[in-house]
Amino acid sequence: MAEKQVIDARGSFCPGPLMELIGWIKMAQIGDEMELLSTDKGSVADVPEWIKKVGHEYQGAREEAGVWHIAVKKLK
Amino acid sequence: MKILIIGGGMGGTILANNLARRLTPELKSGKAKITMLTASEKHMYQPGLLYLAFGRVTPDELYKDQASLLEPGITLFVDPAEEFLLDQNQVKSKSGKTFDYDVLVIATGSRPVPELIPGLAEHGQSFYTEETAIKMFRALQAFQGGRVVIAMGVPHKCPMAPLEITFMLHDYFKDRGIRDKVQLHYTYPIGRVHSLENVAKWAAPEFDRLGITVETLFNLKEVDGTAKLLKSEEGTETPFDLLISVPAHRGMEVLEKNKLGVGGWIPTNRHQLNMEGRKNVFAIGDTTNIPISKAGSTAHFEAEALGENIAAMIKLGAPVRDYDGKVFCFIEAGKDRATYAMFDYLNPPDPRPPTKAVHWFKTAYNKLYWISARGLL
Repeated sequence: MAEKQVIDARGSFCPGPLMELIGWIKMAQIGDEMELLSTDKGSVADVPEWIKKVGHEYQGAREEAGVWHIAVKKLK
Repeated sequence: MKILIIGGGMGGTILANNLARRLTPELKSGKAKITMLTASEKHMYQPGLLYLAFGRVTPDELYKDQASLLEPGITLFVDPAEEFLLDQNQVKSKSGKTFDYDVLVIATGSRPVPELIPGLAEHGQSFYTEETAIKMFRALQAFQGGRVVIAMGVPHKCPMAPLEITFMLHDYFKDRGIRDKVQLHYTYPIGRVHSLENVAKWAAPEFDRLGITVETLFNLKEVDGTAKLLKSEEGTETPFDLLISVPAHRGMEVLEKNKLGVGGWIPTNRHQLNMEGRKNVFAIGDTTNIPISKAGSTAHFEAEALGENIAAMIKLGAPVRDYDGKVFCFIEAGKDRATYAMFDYLNPPDPRPPTKAVHWFKTAYNKLYWISARGLL
């Protein structure tokens, strides 16, 4: 995945934004950057918590029209 | 209008039958043609594998001939697709035939990939194929006590399966009179016991009541079969005597080889179900990258929406509806109680307490499935 992968998890109750992200990170290469789109405000807390716990890079979050854009980078 | 459906699982079969009924006059006049390519002459009721792992059904009960499920007018080839030539509106099959289409629907499903986790296939039990479900049944029968750990990969087919297998294991060991000799330990990849918040709110106290221990934020990384130890991406470890796994899934290899989507998941418009950038190529069921449950009911509701739209494209010149993200999942809460979760893109589920009535409805659905696959239910 050379380009920045956008993971559109808007409106996802199951598997939900964090689980979507986990699945895509497992398929990504080290160094790949991803942007998760989520309409669940809880993602702003649980995504960075998990990213830091497993040792990837959390690059920040911004909100646009009710959609959270959360940027991460796979480090290992 | 040549409609080519790749895949004879739940989504492909319901769609083909739905279309055949909607397009009966067009099929008779030759204005429309429906062709299906599938990999097997047998159609499996995949949710039945959960019961096979406990010896509650036998393998033969899970299969019917694919041809027997299809409406007259559908042309079936047991000849899987090998090459997708989307710019030429053609698909080449394993036998070397070339199929032209006006509308292509890809419904090839997903496959378990335990091999992605070192040691998992060798040291874990699973129930996602007939072979592994029978192996798990024998392992359960031989088990006399110890620590049973439930662990899973991401993404996985049937998001309710981790809960269901855990509740059913509790009842199974209780019925054998050895529940007091078994420690059930449930792990889950995110910070609660299920991705659906309301389902997690119901299941967590149930686990507590049944003496099932829980470890969240546990993403399986490696299985050490010698030390009988599971290692997680989060850096934690947990011992096991018997490992029950829900393996990670990927889309079919043929889609990856044809570069139709990373991981074999086709980028799909969540409302119209067309492949991104293609107006006459659609995907349904597990095959899509839509962020909803990989489950039979998803394939079912997508097939109904797409069937209506393809028929409308032929009869009216345009699609008439959106797929709204509807999913309906039964949740077995043991051997004789069940509940369900129904939700869509906008509305989360609100599961009720489990009842015997819902369990018996699920048991009935296990037989009614064959009517459902025919597009009648």
